[in-house]
Amino acid sequence: MKQWIAFWNILTKDMRSYYLKPPNISWGLVFPLAWTAAFFVRSGSGLESVSSILPGVMGVSVLFGTTSMLAVTVTFEKKGRSFERLLLAPISLELLMLAKTAGAILFGTANAFVPVLIASFITDLGGVRWGSLVPVVTLIAVSSTFLGLFIAVSVSEVFEAQTFSNFFRFPMIFLCGLFVPVAALPIWLRPLSYALPLTYGADILHRSISGSGTMPTALNFAALSAFCVLLFAVSLRNIRRYWIL
Amino acid sequence: MEPIINVHSLSKSFGEVQAVRGVTFSVSRGELFGFLGPNGAGKTTTINMLTGLARPDRGSISIAGIDCPRNPKAAQHLMGIVPDESNLYPELTGFQNLSFCGALYGMKKTERVERARELLERFGLTEAADRKFAGYSKGMKRKLTIAAGIIHSPEILFLDEPTSGIDVASARQLRRLIAELNQAGTTIFLTTHYIEEAERLCSRIAFIVSGGIRTIDTVEHLMSGYEDRQIMHFEVSSVDDTLCAELGTEFPRFDCRTDSRNRICIESSETIAVGQIVRFFEDRGIDIYEARKIRPSLEDVFVQVTGIEAGAMHEVQEKSRQR
Repeated sequence: MKQWIAFWNILTKDMRSYYLKPPNISWGLVFPLAWTAAFFVRSGSGLESVSSILPGVMGVSVLFGTTSMLAVTVTFEKKGRSFERLLLAPISLELLMLAKTAGAILFGTANAFVPVLIASFITDLGGVRWGSLVPVVTLIAVSSTFLGLFIAVSVSEVFEAQTFSNFFRFPMIFLCGLFVPVAALPIWLRPLSYALPLTYGADILHRSISGSGTMPTALNFAALSAFCVLLFAVSLRNIRRYWIL
Repeated sequence: MEPIINVHSLSKSFGEVQAVRGVTFSVSRGELFGFLGPNGAGKTTTINMLTGLARPDRGSISIAGIDCPRNPKAAQHLMGIVPDESNLYPELTGFQNLSFCGALYGMKKTERVERARELLERFGLTEAADRKFAGYSKGMKRKLTIAAGIIHSPEILFLDEPTSGIDVASARQLRRLIAELNQAGTTIFLTTHYIEEAERLCSRIAFIVSGGIRTIDTVEHLMSGYEDRQIMHFEVSSVDDTLCAELGTEFPRFDCRTDSRNRICIESSETIAVGQIVRFFEDRGIDIYEARKIRPSLEDVFVQVTGIEAGAMHEVQEKSRQR
């Protein structure tokens, strides 16, 4: 019970201090929408193409909504030594890092549904499979957040966190099948696509919204879950190794 | 008194640098224990190992019977930790910071709100309770950081350089609060480079230099060998490198050192006849501006035990802080 009081307060503090602040909206919402608008205008297609673009917008929204703040805030707290306060609290490291990441997961998941809300006014979303869409958005948020955590633990400066985040995020927009199908990529690039968690999430997003997935849903969920476990475990190992000296 | 902290043969290296080497000591329940040493002596590394923020390479740590390296989270329930930097959250108010720190230790909302208000009043911060921590003065930040360390009423409080870098009035107030906490039964582990602070507050003191403990004793015992020592300070017009050596040759029973520019300190177990010293300086054309007889202090014990000039210790510490 005592650990959950700590968990809840870390989560609500982070939500208030970081995620519900205007600068985060620029990274989490405005940037993905602007990015997608550019794709939309460039493709020259009409409103009927909204459902084919929607998975990409959702994927980018989650990716930027989660990683934009987490990597920076953890690095910021580590540098200001307030993160030490959390490490010295009688709360297990696993629960502590779940508390630190829960805000980003919630924010990223909420971000993903903003484009869905907008799309609902301009196209028919009657064919969407919500039963797989909601869980996959959550899993993409978890994996992207843990990627942000992995980045945060690997750097020491705030600017490094931003640079390192972009090193992963921008290639993922093109490599993970969000807007360009993986099958359309040069064959030598495809292994890289399958080494990224968002590829599996994007495939389920396409299947859930437009029925155009290429891989079995169960395989996609399993791969995405495996990435979540792996990224969290590696981040915890790195915290124990480099932050608890 | 029953020991609440037991440390045996504790060692820690960072690469080639051995930060702590074979440190052994114990702290009794209710004691105010001072850990004194210059910058880089291993004080913070030792605190980090005691509190679970660093893993020892060798040795054992027991906190109230809990094996700390094996089970740091169980031991952390009993500890309050005030680091050498005021590391609270700049975006939260004083009240929110205390309440958040209480929550980290599992305190329920009503309990931590009440305790936060009580501490804000006790530390004279009630009026600043709703101001953001970022806008606090250095002294206020330090007070709030200490209040955050005791929000959950810990059995043991680790204070790392609590009065460093703050004004005299705030430092005095903090020392009074630390003494009150100890009188109320909290065991306090205090690291400081201010010797007079340790002398005033602590019941027992350990001198740590280059990662090793040179001596541990009560202030009275440490001082007892020094009460008969005669100490004279001379402020003179000029001091050169050979002056101490010449004094040593002329007066073999005197220990002589220069502890700052143009100041000479002479120590002896025998009475120092001022006249002959004055003549010594006059013969060399050196004017004496001031001659003072000094009561032996813990600083003199520290210098004797560690071989480090206390003034140099302060200087190094201040330079490192400015960096």
